[in-house]
Amino acid sequence: MQYDEKRLTRIVATDCGSTTTKAILIEWVDGEFRQTIRGEAPTTVEAPLNDVTKGVINSTQELEELARIKYNNPNIKFMENGEFVIPRRGDVGVDAYVSTSSAGGGLQMMVTGVVASMTGESAERAALGAGAIVMDLIASNDKRMNHEKIERIRQLRPDMILMAGGEDGGTVKHVVEMAELVAGADPKPRLGSSYKLPVIYAGNKDAVSEIKNTLETKVDLIIADNIRPKLETENLGPARDKIHDLFMEHVMKQAPGYNKLMEWTKGPDLEAVPIMPTPAAVGNIIQAIAKDETIEVVGVDIGGATTDVFSVFTEEFVFNRTVSANLGMSYSISNVLASAKLENILRWVPFDIDEGALRNMIKNKMIRPTTIPALLEELVLEQAIAKEALRLAFKQHKEFASSLKGMQKQRDISEAFSQSASGGSIVNLMTLALLVGSGGVLSHAPRRHQSVMMMIDAFLPEGVTRLAVDSIFMMPHLGVLSEISVKAATEVFRKDCLVYLGTCVAPVGKGKAGKLALSAKIELPDGTVFNEDINYGEMRLIPCAAGTKAKATLKAHGGLILDKDKNRELEIDLHGGVVGIVLDTRGRQPFTLPVEASLRVPQLKKWMRELKAYPEDILS
Amino acid sequence: MGQAYSAGLTVTDSIVLRKERLLPLKGQVLVKKGDIVKADQVVAETLLPGKVVPFNLANKLGVTPAQLTQFIKIEPGQQITKDTILAQNKGLFGTGFMKNEVRSPCDGEVENISSVTGQILLREPRIPVQVKAFIDGIVTEVIPGEGVVIENKSAYIQGIFGIGDETVGNIMMLADNPFDVLSAGKVTEACRDKIIVAGSFIHLSEIELAIKHGVCAIITGGIDDQDIKKLLGYDIGVAITGHEKIGCTIVVTEGFGKIDMAQKTFDLLKQFNGKKTSIHGRTQIRAGVIRPEIIIPLEFQADELIVPEVKVPILEPGSLIRIIRQPNFGKIAKVVSLPEELTMVESETMVRILEAEFEDGTKFRIPRANVEVIDS
Repeated sequence: MQYDEKRLTRIVATDCGSTTTKAILIEWVDGEFRQTIRGEAPTTVEAPLNDVTKGVINSTQELEELARIKYNNPNIKFMENGEFVIPRRGDVGVDAYVSTSSAGGGLQMMVTGVVASMTGESAERAALGAGAIVMDLIASNDKRMNHEKIERIRQLRPDMILMAGGEDGGTVKHVVEMAELVAGADPKPRLGSSYKLPVIYAGNKDAVSEIKNTLETKVDLIIADNIRPKLETENLGPARDKIHDLFMEHVMKQAPGYNKLMEWTKGPDLEAVPIMPTPAAVGNIIQAIAKDETIEVVGVDIGGATTDVFSVFTEEFVFNRTVSANLGMSYSISNVLASAKLENILRWVPFDIDEGALRNMIKNKMIRPTTIPALLEELVLEQAIAKEALRLAFKQHKEFASSLKGMQKQRDISEAFSQSASGGSIVNLMTLALLVGSGGVLSHAPRRHQSVMMMIDAFLPEGVTRLAVDSIFMMPHLGVLSEISVKAATEVFRKDCLVYLGTCVAPVGKGKAGKLALSAKIELPDGTVFNEDINYGEMRLIPCAAGTKAKATLKAHGGLILDKDKNRELEIDLHGGVVGIVLDTRGRQPFTLPVEASLRVPQLKKWMRELKAYPEDILS
Repeated sequence: MGQAYSAGLTVTDSIVLRKERLLPLKGQVLVKKGDIVKADQVVAETLLPGKVVPFNLANKLGVTPAQLTQFIKIEPGQQITKDTILAQNKGLFGTGFMKNEVRSPCDGEVENISSVTGQILLREPRIPVQVKAFIDGIVTEVIPGEGVVIENKSAYIQGIFGIGDETVGNIMMLADNPFDVLSAGKVTEACRDKIIVAGSFIHLSEIELAIKHGVCAIITGGIDDQDIKKLLGYDIGVAITGHEKIGCTIVVTEGFGKIDMAQKTFDLLKQFNGKKTSIHGRTQIRAGVIRPEIIIPLEFQADELIVPEVKVPILEPGSLIRIIRQPNFGKIAKVVSLPEELTMVESETMVRILEAEFEDGTKFRIPRANVEVIDS
């Protein structure tokens, strides 16, 4: 059901994250939907409070207080007797309350397939697209012995299992064998022992009766359409829908306070609006942007525990999401160090630091995840770690977002077999138009210039790419809001959610330090002209205000190229932003940094100074 | 306004503690409501399902899954011993010549035989699992088939991080001050089965000595990240711990590096020097936060066991706080004021801050997120 401004004049949306519950107020003001106020409070899903609604109430109370101040009206309130008043009655109440949730660890799933790179990968894609963290993919050909698979299934306590395998009409043996292993393991759900573990079977339809015989008495078996009815066809929708239904019916109901929260989320006609897993909501809005503007988009959300990467590529708007479950800036920060290695973090640090002190600092952030860097040096270190977490998460995403298409897309059979082996990633940085960052380290960086620097260094965008951040991590709220009003969600998205940082121009190829790499003539809206021949290994920042465009004439030298058609000369409009236009001639494919600190540190300082990333005293 | 600070870890000389002691699967509860139990007493037990041994019987016998029924000698649910004949063919032309048979590789039970895949699942004998009381106390609730709730009155300290599982021993103060680094030669055979208390730091060499001398647990203010890595043989990526088997439980009260143990924590441990204590290092910092616990049972009467309503400590002028990030990590101060407006700190981050003063009267500003309130 969709509503317009006549029915929606004031909406509260919350995102119950693992540490913080973030509330925003969206209002119909002066003929448009705007996000007007935000509030936050610690999430209360855990002891001692054990009730997620307490955090929702606290964050909403903050909204109320700020609304009273903003409108100088002491009568404004959204809740009465600890519950939302819906619909709005003048100063009291709201027209809708919607929410997303990733508290309590979000949705945790295990998936199975017959061939890991085919049905296994499809099952993983379905689960990830539905907003889950995939704890493990178990496949007939994954090289583990059967008894090891059983042990693994038993150890993991997922919220649900998605089983895929076999094309319709094909052999049933392998998928039934997998069901036998699941039955043998007798898996238990993560939350509570009072219900059976939900298992969605979305494999060969000819095996359904055997699957029922094997599993029905042990688990709560749900049958969905085959995810891969044919080898060359992927059909993720039905399985994804079942995952969302089960998330509400089983997982949410087990988490403390969610029964109450599920009754609260309502639209103007008091109909229930399902709570959505946070990543699924972000996926919704990212896809909406890509389709709306006909562009390729990458979105990243770097959180405390995980880093989610979303992308929409190709003319068919193929959506992919990956979760790097143990790459994050607080709970998982120590794992970034373990995965990236110290030397890769230190390569972004423009000063000397004792390695032991850095390791202990990282571990202390892990055990006290809500602290923030008060010292400049600690901020620089956290941002260096963020670059590596983002780099690794994006690497995983590129590997996963392979050439298999999403919904019901016919493919050539030879392509289907080569999907993973060939590593045919559909992520093409040359055609990427917009890179959106979110998560505390990007959205709340003290200087937006730092967000630009982190995104460029981590993602290494190629050619011409627009950069933006989600101002206050509003994408989940807007994703779930689109369920009752696409109009409100997209309007707020354009006007209040994204902060456009600017545009990065990065010629691709290898050059030589000191040799000419790029001639750039940029006519700015105020009439000034930037005109410079830039050598390889440099960065330039040209201020160009948000909402304006500059006319650029670009010429790459020395074998460098500027776009997917390998053009060396381009005339193009470049979007401005709160930071501006960045010309980056440090090279791509490869991008390299000097190994020797004595050579690297002066370069880092030069680039950071040029980008105005940090105060001068830490760079001198 | 929403809270932007940590509630802090609990450190108290008296608390009514309520511990659920539950079996991983349904089983038998061995005590009843009102029973007085000791920490090492078994309160519930069960039998965990044995390991599943899967293999393809049809393949081993050299027949198709559909043919398997003709040769099978067992049925689901049947108890078997090692070498029980599971299936046997009739040999060449049914003569018994070149007869092939498959025997069970283990004792146990036949779980499943599949005529679709030819796979058989055998389940090894059940594994007994016992749950101990872990704390001295009184059984106040029996959850039938699942476990019990034990309550007591204790002195209680939450650690920030730990490794190693539940253990029980007597406290032995080895440090004289919360800022002591445990010096060489202090860990001796006299520490066997004890819970030793260091001050601000313990070196790897002393931890290794403690393990050698059978120390059951170490409590320290700080520890070095690399020492933990050397002890475990791997780096801890995500703080989910407690399952480590290094021969000794370690509870860190403050953090990584050399950090003075909080005076209150140190004084409390000193007050109970020699007392029986239950301790574990289990830590989970993601969803479902678990922190290490140090539990020192006190004498109590049953009517004292009234759990007060949970109160979240309030951050207000006059509150005692502990700083939990650099600069001044670990120091105690008193809140002077709580400015409402966002304020820029050295890193240029705009945050909610508070103004506080150290004992010597020095005033300073700090992000609220970087302090924890000390429950006084």
